[in-house]
This record gives sequence, structure tokens and C-alpha cells, in this order.
Amino acid sequence: MSEAPPPAGAFETGPLLLGVRHHGPGSARAVRAALDAAAPAAVLIEGPPEADPLIPLAADPGLRPPVALLAHAVDEPGRSAFWPMAEFSPEWVAIRWAVERGVPARFIDLPATHSLAWEEDTGDGDPEEEAEHARVDPLAALAEAAGYDDPERWWEDAVEHRGPGRSEPFAPFAALEDAMGALRERYGDGGRPRDRVREAYMRLQIRAARREFGDEVAVVCGAWHVPALRAKATVTADRALLKGLPKLKTDLTWVPWTHRRLARSSGYGAGIDSPGWYAHLFGAPDRPVERWLTKVAGLLREEDRIVSSAHVIEAVRLADTLAVMRGRPLAGLTETTDAVRAVLCEGSDVPLSLVYDRLVVGDVLGEVPESAPAVPLQRDLAREQRRLRLKPEALERELELDLRKDTDAARGRLLHRLRLLGVGWGEPARSRGSTGTFRETWRLRWEPELSVRIAEAGVWGTTVLGAATAKAEADAAGARALADVTALAEQCLLAGLPDALPVVMRVLADRAALDTDVSHLAQALPALVRSLRYGDVRGTDTGALADVAAALAERVFIGLPPACTTLDTDAAQEMRGHVDAVHGAVGLLAETLTGHDGLRPRWRAVLRTLSQRDTVPGLLRGRAVRLLLDDGVLEADDVARLMGLALSPGILPGDAAAWVEGFVGGGGGGLLLVHDERLLGLVDAWLTSVPADAFTDVLPLLRRTFSAYEPGVRRTLGELVRRGPGGGAGAAGHPATSSGFAPEPDAGRADAVLPVLRLLLGLAPEQAQSTDDDLAGVGA
Amino acid sequence: MTVSMEPTNVEPIPSQAPQALRPHAEDAFAAELTALAAQDDRPRPERWKLSPWAVATYLLGGTLADGTVITPKYVGPRRIVEVAVTTLATDRALLLLGVPGTAKTWVSEHLAAAVSGDSTLLVQGTAGTPEEAIRYGWNYARLLAHGPSRDALVPSPVMRAMSEGMTARVEELTRIPADVQDTLITILSEKTLPIPELGEEVQAVRGFNLIATANDRDRGVNDLSSALRRRFNTVVLPLPESADAEVDIVSRRVDQMGRSLDLPRAPEGLDEIRRVVTVFRELRDGVTTDGRTKLKSPSGTLSTAEAISVVTNGLALAAHFGDGVLRAGDVAAGILGAVVRDPAADRVVWQEYLETVVRERDGWTDFYRACREVSA
Repeated sequence: MSEAPPPAGAFETGPLLLGVRHHGPGSARAVRAALDAAAPAAVLIEGPPEADPLIPLAADPGLRPPVALLAHAVDEPGRSAFWPMAEFSPEWVAIRWAVERGVPARFIDLPATHSLAWEEDTGDGDPEEEAEHARVDPLAALAEAAGYDDPERWWEDAVEHRGPGRSEPFAPFAALEDAMGALRERYGDGGRPRDRVREAYMRLQIRAARREFGDEVAVVCGAWHVPALRAKATVTADRALLKGLPKLKTDLTWVPWTHRRLARSSGYGAGIDSPGWYAHLFGAPDRPVERWLTKVAGLLREEDRIVSSAHVIEAVRLADTLAVMRGRPLAGLTETTDAVRAVLCEGSDVPLSLVYDRLVVGDVLGEVPESAPAVPLQRDLAREQRRLRLKPEALERELELDLRKDTDAARGRLLHRLRLLGVGWGEPARSRGSTGTFRETWRLRWEPELSVRIAEAGVWGTTVLGAATAKAEADAAGARALADVTALAEQCLLAGLPDALPVVMRVLADRAALDTDVSHLAQALPALVRSLRYGDVRGTDTGALADVAAALAERVFIGLPPACTTLDTDAAQEMRGHVDAVHGAVGLLAETLTGHDGLRPRWRAVLRTLSQRDTVPGLLRGRAVRLLLDDGVLEADDVARLMGLALSPGILPGDAAAWVEGFVGGGGGGLLLVHDERLLGLVDAWLTSVPADAFTDVLPLLRRTFSAYEPGVRRTLGELVRRGPGGGAGAAGHPATSSGFAPEPDAGRADAVLPVLRLLLGLAPEQAQSTDDDLAGVGA
Repeated sequence: MTVSMEPTNVEPIPSQAPQALRPHAEDAFAAELTALAAQDDRPRPERWKLSPWAVATYLLGGTLADGTVITPKYVGPRRIVEVAVTTLATDRALLLLGVPGTAKTWVSEHLAAAVSGDSTLLVQGTAGTPEEAIRYGWNYARLLAHGPSRDALVPSPVMRAMSEGMTARVEELTRIPADVQDTLITILSEKTLPIPELGEEVQAVRGFNLIATANDRDRGVNDLSSALRRRFNTVVLPLPESADAEVDIVSRRVDQMGRSLDLPRAPEGLDEIRRVVTVFRELRDGVTTDGRTKLKSPSGTLSTAEAISVVTNGLALAAHFGDGVLRAGDVAAGILGAVVRDPAADRVVWQEYLETVVRERDGWTDFYRACREVSA
């Protein structure tokens, strides 16, 4: 098989056992060098054997790491395990080596069919992670013996940063085997009894491979397993260990992976902090520190920081000297980071976090060719479709859902989840008949490319629920505007993602706390309150939502008065919309929330401040007065006084007109004037006193205000004005008659209407009695 | 040229009398430095009294092979000291940044003492620091009598450090006017100081380096030009890492200051100090101590030094106008003054903090009330 005779010693002691650290770039280089030197007849790799048919796919240029082998239970896609592989993973290097040279490669770890079934018993994490944990403590022991407090760093210094010498490709592995051997003697299986079973299986597989390919096989596995694989054990003993393992029908495929997911801080971490740095170490042909710092400088320049070559030179010097001072063979990530901070970032951590995010972790996204087997998400969707009797059809059709029925509610949730995942199977449509909150209308249409979307969405999880949850959480973290996060919160409720909601809420609270633009907050509040009520309808737990909404309202209350000063006309118009929206939202919120009383009084205090502060534009002052009047907080007398102040002769006509617009503009404003002639009188008196040259300036404003009224209101107003200002008795509160109205209410005729009113309002007779006066007041 | 003899231009007083109020670092810790030098077998850069490794040990503390205990001079991340020492070893100037009270001057003094055995080559930066303080001045009597010569020249600490291969220190670099700052550029890049009056120059010998301290979040700061900035490696000294450490620093300093001001000691004040430190830390970090709620940060620095002054103020209030016990009301006004520097933006920040965090916190009702009272 091999062209050059293998150097003596490669297979002297049996199979060539290459102990590695998963995702260690130094290990990966060493593995490649060792394989090149030994040229084995077959390569055996730690991994699920069911994935053997997937190995040839590694030759496909469409399969680009980082990728992961995904094993999942056929009947239960939610149960799954991942074997992530990056470009710098020794396992990946071994696979590529074998595929390129046409050497057979096999996975030899315990089959996923057992390991997944095992999880059922204990509900544990995936086997990869277990393996990682099993090694952590012994590694720490080795590091401690070498005088390191950080095992990862020790490993880097002792193994990763020492490239294999050309002459001795196997020496590092032999040294490592000795060290691990000593550890295994002391720690046994490291507290992981399952390792014994896995190792027994691996031994059997190695035996089988040697029978098939001869003695010259190479094994790439975690360094921890090497001594156990070297150990002599009888076939019968190994078989006995493997007896009676639980089984589960499983399926495997390649899925795309990302550097971020390799990092320890997220999801199915592979246990490495700095995939970007490792990829760099693996990829850089020489002078890794110089190349790395040049890369960092490039990134900082892209972000418009001034970084010269002199900076890079100084950073390299600092990193190298730091490494010497710390007694390390080569500047590692710690040293380069210190150098970047001190030289390139001028001591600031802000650009440094960018470097960490973009380079140390990195944005690399893997790819999987179309020929890879289907992802479990697809299966899960198919199952859901069957369960909910919702067939994918190319023909567009409309679907009416009654959310009070369980199946329909589940269908709605499924469609919302898919939308979150970017799978636009259904588009929400406007309900035709009913407008109740328990109805949803969807327009369904299955397009072939949606299958591709589902494959892409497979990165997020193995079930629709899990994937949608993960996607929502990621979207929340990446959302730019506050309103996006609120919209997401709404979607989470609609899609029934209770697990994503806390994360979204957390992001929302953080965004709200840091947002200094009160109009963003004011925009977000109504949507949030809407979702709160909606969640109520669906019986979702909305406690967190309520707290966030209340806090948001509080922030709006504090920020609004300063934000309302010194606004120009357009900004005031916009702000008026916000004030109205917040007013509505606070009303709803106070109704919905228990335990957050005091919201309404505080909001009224804010409105009062707005109505009285001179620096607030007239439009907003008028609006505030109107809202307070509608709420019954301000008495008609107070309103008249405030209006009198706002329309005093000293006020610029433009400001006064804006006040009038704020006060009587919009719904119901005209009726207010019709019924309170005193106010009409004030407006009228002011209008007639506007100087002729200023009149043309205020005309557009007034036209905007009054033309929005309904024709009937406009006509009545016109008649009232024609009849004369104030009707002569305005100040006394008794308006003069217009045609059809008596000067005093006719009590007898009013009483006659009361029974009908009671019936309409559903009031008990005695309650109605108490409201008699109010009703009479309305007539007055 | 104006005649201006800065006090720092005066030759350092040769031998400190033992009863000096505060001896220099190299005198106070002479024993430790000697022990380190005796033990230190690692390579030393030229004219360094110790190897970089020993300098780091001197600052961070440790026990030597012969049992000598080196007291820690700087309590903080090891990384910071290592980067600082390595910077000096790579012949780059070192800029220590940080808000007041983060031991910038302390670290720079000890670094100079350990590296050069002399921490007195110091230029104190002020808004009125002239060029002569960094380059050289003239002894005008001699200048007029004998004409320009090296004898008539009064070297600055920086010039002396250059010619002798020592470490010079510049305090409060950002307070020095920008044009004076820029005289450092030639010194740091060319390592020479021309004397055009004599047609000569002073060339720095190996071992010369410069440590500057600066406060980058303060009013009245002259930002460094990017040309000068490029000559420095920057190390930011962080604020105390944990609340307990900060409470400790604050109460200790308050105690010292209180004694010198003859304020009565307030034994029950520790809770209030903790509260002040908590408020300062939370607003500074932009997140509550439990890490659950984010906050806006005000424009002020909210340094430990300010917390100390708030508490001292409160103590004085309590002693002279109250019952001698430090209460929420005594510190509320001080906190408001420290937090609200920009009347518009900071007030919103402060009110949000009051309403969303303080109001709901158990046992803080008195504090909330007191703050509401002074904020109104």
C-alpha cells in the first residue's frame, strides 16, 4: 500500500496509537506528520461506526468544516449527540488524509445506537462531552505536576506549541502515552465506567481491522484512551463487557457547525475557548504570532482604528518578551491578547472584545453538501405534519384556525415556529369574518425550496420546537432595535416557546435599560402590553413579561418629560403619537397587572408635568391636558384655566394653534367643543383675536385640526359659532340653546330614557340610581 | 524664555532623613530589594537592578528561596504587572491609565525603584508644566556670566535619566499642555534630546525608559496626540475587583481622613459605606450586583476616590448636624452630586436607577426616601 517503507518503530509495538486532544491544532499537525511517515494500511478513528458510510463525503468539496456528525434517534429526533469537527481537529485531519490517499478509514467508538440509548437511562449529555470531562481532572494533575495552574495552558505549552520534529514524528505520541499511562494507573477510568465499555469495543474493532488490513493500522483517539487500547485484554473479556447494552434505532448525518458553537460558552460546546486562534495556529505555515497580530491589525483597521506596522512590531516584541518572562516556549493567546490590549487597543477592552469575537472565536460557518442524509429536523416536521393533519401542498390555500381547539392551536404554533425559522410555509392573513383574538388565518403554500430552508435550519436543533427556541434566543441576542426584540417576544408567545421567552425578556430588559431614546421605549411598550394581554388569553405564564413591561413603563415615565422639551413641529407630531400610544398601553397594563398599582397615578403625574411645562411644545401640552380631561383627572374648570393660559394674547399664534390641535385634534375633539361651549368660546375668542398677518400662518394648522371632524360635528360647530360666542351664559356653565336644545335639561324626558340605558349598560337598578347624576351631567 | 524653576527641577535631596514623613519606595523597601537582587540569577537588561521576573515579584509579592518574604505592593491582576514590566524590558515607554485612586502613581514609583533603584526622577504634570521641566532649563546667573555652556544648563529629570540610563517618571501626563507633551516624542522615538543652543545633544544610554501616569476620564484633560500615544504601551489599572475590596479601601481611607479632620468615628457606618460603594459600583459597571439588571452609566467617573469623599462628607454632616451616626440622609446629597454631573442626561440615569433598582430593594427604603428628597 505504501510507497516508502515505514520507518522502523511505527508498528513495532502493535497498531500505531495516536493519542490526541480533540480539537488540538498541535495534535492535528502531529497526526498528519505521523500518518505521512507511517503510511498505515487503514486509519481507525474514535467516533460512531454508523458514520462509516459518511466518510467518503469528506472528499466532497461541498463539505467544509466546521461540521459535526449528528446521531439522533429515528423515532425521537430530540435525542441526539454531536461529534463536532473543525479544520484543526485531529479526527478531521485523519479522515481527510485517508480520503485523499484512498486509504480505508473506520470509526471505532461504541456505536451511537448504544450510546444514545444509554442516555435514556441516565439523561446525560452527549458522549463527546463526557469524554472531555473524564479527561479534565487527570490533565489538571499533569499540569499541576508541571507547575501550571491552568491545564489548558499546560497542554498548549507541552503539546500544541511543540511542533513534531521532522525526524521523530512519533516521539510526541510516545511521550504522551507514557504520561497518560501513569495517569490511568493512578486514576483508572477517571470515574467514568462507560469508558471501559467504549475501550473494549475499540479494542475489538482494532483487532478486526488488523485481521482485515494487516498489522499496519493507525488509530486516532483521545490520548486518555491510548493506554487502555494498548492493554492486553482477551476477546472474551471484551465481549463480556459489551453484553446486554441497550439499543436504539439511530440515524447519522453531517450537519454544518460554527466556530461559535465550538466555543465553550455556547450550546454543544466542544470545550475550546478559542476556535479562531486554533484554526490560525493550524493554518499558519510559520511565524504564528506575527501573522496573528497582523490579522488583528487588519481587523482593527477595518473598524477605522489607526494601527500602523510599527504598532504590530511593538506588539510582537511585547508578546514574545511576555512569553519569555512567563517561561513559555511560544507566545500563546494570553500573551498576544495582552500585547494587543496594551499596544494596539491603547489599554481599552472595547476593541479587544471585537478582536475576541471576530478572530479568537471567529465567524466561520461550515457547509454540508446536498448529498448528505436528511437532518432530523425534517423528520420532526414530517411527524408534526402527520400529527396535525397539515399536508404540505404546492397549491395555495387559506386556513382558518380556531385557537380554542387544541389541534388548531398546535397548528398555529407550528406555523409560527416555522416562520421564526425562516421557513415561510404559511403567511398570516387578515381574518375575514371574525376579529376575535382566538382566530388566526393563514395562507399556506409549500414551495420546493422550503426543504432547503429546513436543511439550513437544522443548525438550530433537531426538533421544530428546539430549533425555533434556539433561533429565537439567537435572534434576540443579535437584534439591533428594541422594537425588534419586542416583536420577537410577541412571536415567542404566538409560537409557544416558553423556554425562549426568559432569554428574550432578559435581552429586552437590557436593551430597554440602555436605550437612551425614549421614543424607542415608547414604541416598544404597546407591543409588549399587547403580547401581555395575548399571553393572558392563551394562558402562558407572563410574569416575566409583566415585570419587564412595568419597568419599561417606569423608564418611559422618567424619560418622557425631558425628551418632550425643545422639539420642532415634526418631532412634536411624532412624540404626540408616542404619548397617545403610551397612554393606551398604560391603561391596558394597569388593567392587566395586579401588584403594579400606582402605574396609572404616576403616568398622570407625568402628563400633568407635561401640561404645565412651558418648554414642552403646545401640541404636547394640549394633548396632555386632553388625556387628563378624558381620564376625569382634570376638572372642566382647570381645563378652561389651562386653555385660557395657552391661548393668552401673549402666546405666539402658532404655539396656541398647536395647543388647540393637541387638545381637540383627533377623535372626539369636535364633540368636546360641541358640548362644552365654554371651551369653544375660548377657542373662538382667541381665533378672532389673532392678528390678520399671523392668521395665514395658523390657518394650515387649524384646517388640519378641524377638517378631520365628521361633517355633522363640523356643521354643529359652525352653527354654534354663528350663533355667537359663548351664548352669553358660557361662564356660568349653562350654555345657551342652539336649535333643538332647551337651555335646561328636561328632567322628565331624561328619566324616561333611563330604563333603556340601564338595559344597554347592563346596570343593576340600584347602581343605575347612583349614576343618575352622572348621566344627567352628560346631558348638561 | 521665561525663568521658571519648577520644584521638581531641583536636585533631589541626596539622602532622605529617616524621619521623612513618607520615605521613597527604594528606601522603604531597601531590604527586600537587596534580598531580591541577591537571589536573582535571571538575565537583567542593561542597567537594570533586577531581572524583569524579579521586578514582577517585587510588585506582586512572594517568598524567595532563602525565606525572605516580599510584601505585595500591588494587589490586582498579575497580568497587569507582567505586561507593565515587560513593556519596560522591551524598551517601550509605559503609560499607566486609570481613574483616580487606582494606584497609578504607587505602581509607577515602585516600578522605577525596582528597575533603576531610584524613583525620584519625577516630573509632576500640571496645566502649567513648562517645556523646561521635560527638557532642560538654564542657570541664568551662570548663563549671563559665562555664556551658554553645559555648566549653565540645568537638566530636567528626564534628561538625567537619559544620560544615566535610568527610569524617568511623568505624573499626570494628560494635564500637561499638548505642546509640552509633544517634546516627549523625540525623546521617546529618537532617544535623543538636542540642545540647539550648544549645538549638542544628549543621547539616551541603554536602560533609559519612561513611565507616565494619566487619568483619561477627568475634566481638563489634554488628550495625547496619536504620535505620542503610539510611543507608549498602555496598561489600564482596573478599579477594585470585588465590592468587599472596595468597601475595605473606602472605610480604611475614610477612617484615616476622619482622624486627620478630627471627626468622631462612626462604628455603625459600615453598612452605609457598603451602600455607597454598591451604588457607585452598580452605576459604574452598568449592571446590578446580582447581574440581573442592566443600567445606564452616568457621565461621571464614580471612582473609589469619589466614594471616599462622599462618605467623609456624610460623616462630617452626621458629626456636626446629626446625631453622629452615618445615615442614608447624610450620604444622599453627596451621591447625587457625584452621579449627576450633566444635569439633563445624568438626572434621567439617576432617576431610572432610583425607580427601577433602589425602590424595590429590601431594606433600602430609607435610602430611597432620602434620595427622593434630595432629588426633588
